[in-house]
Amino acid sequence: MNEPAIRDIWVYLSASPLLGLTITLVAYGLAYRLYLKTGSNPLVNPVVTSVALLIAFLLATGTAYDEYFEGGQFVHFLLGPATVALAVPLYQQFSRLRQLWLPVTISLVSGVVIAAGSSIALAWLLGGSREIQMSLAPKSATAPVAMGIAETIGGIPSLTAVLVVATGIVGAVLGTKLFEWMRITDDSVKGIAMGVASHGIGTARAFQVSSQMGAFSGLAMALSAFATALVVPWLVDLIGI
Amino acid sequence: MNFLNGITLLLVYQLAGEITVRLLAVPIPGPVLGMVMLFLTLMIRGKTPEPLQNASTALLSHLSLLFVPAGVGMMAHFGRIAEEWLPIALTLFLSTIITMVATAGIMQVTTRWFVRPGNGGGQAGE
Repeated sequence: MNEPAIRDIWVYLSASPLLGLTITLVAYGLAYRLYLKTGSNPLVNPVVTSVALLIAFLLATGTAYDEYFEGGQFVHFLLGPATVALAVPLYQQFSRLRQLWLPVTISLVSGVVIAAGSSIALAWLLGGSREIQMSLAPKSATAPVAMGIAETIGGIPSLTAVLVVATGIVGAVLGTKLFEWMRITDDSVKGIAMGVASHGIGTARAFQVSSQMGAFSGLAMALSAFATALVVPWLVDLIGI
Repeated sequence: MNFLNGITLLLVYQLAGEITVRLLAVPIPGPVLGMVMLFLTLMIRGKTPEPLQNASTALLSHLSLLFVPAGVGMMAHFGRIAEEWLPIALTLFLSTIITMVATAGIMQVTTRWFVRPGNGGGQAGE
């Protein structure tokens, strides 16, 4: 094949969403295999590996993010239906939830306030701009929810999406160690903390520990998405920033 | 067809959520309201239809994949992140640890208080 032919193919590919979508799935497939190969080591989180692979590929080929997102958006879009789908584990765990409704409610509301409050306070103390503070505030909620909140309170939604992913990774990587250190053995406690602090990425990790921890994490993520949407704009108003 | 029905149902609820949020001008994201509506429907019906079960399991079992395109968005914000990397990195790290530890602590203490005094509460009701 001569050079112009390759260039023609590249021009075609970079103008179509096919490439962005395919490389997303291929990178995730590779990252997931690597994760399993290392015995599900939380440090080799498949989101980190696939994001790193994709950024390296895009930089190497000089592809802009917007061009990549033409294809990536099809995967990103599924976050919406996935949020709706959380109603199913929520409904199925409802009998457990009914018994634990008081501890869960208290932990959830405090967790959501602590997540947003500590983000705003720390970012402010460390000299972050208001835009950064507001982009960080909803970071523990799942991506579509956090982006919506960031927009209402004056953050940058697309930056929030990145911070949400990073938060999920920090929680997924450190969570089990922290619980070990706190000597917590109860899967419902671990699941609630995981879901409140690091949403879907933490929930994916929780499902690997046990299905009960996963269900509770999913439940906490669903409820805290709802609580964050209600509490954070009000909290920002209250602090008056 | 089975899977298609399930995914259609999820999209219908998301759409209903988005429309309601806009009509009532409430500050809740559409998918979250859609989730609440679907949850209430399941409570009323008293069971999960199989297509819905399949579609939601499929979506939720690969939840991390769905965050990848947003994560790649980091490259569009390299400048901003480089400018304020210290507050961003430290806040992310510390705030996530604080939230995780505090929530776990509160959940453990309140479970002990309210659900099963003298026990962690993990086996409550089983």
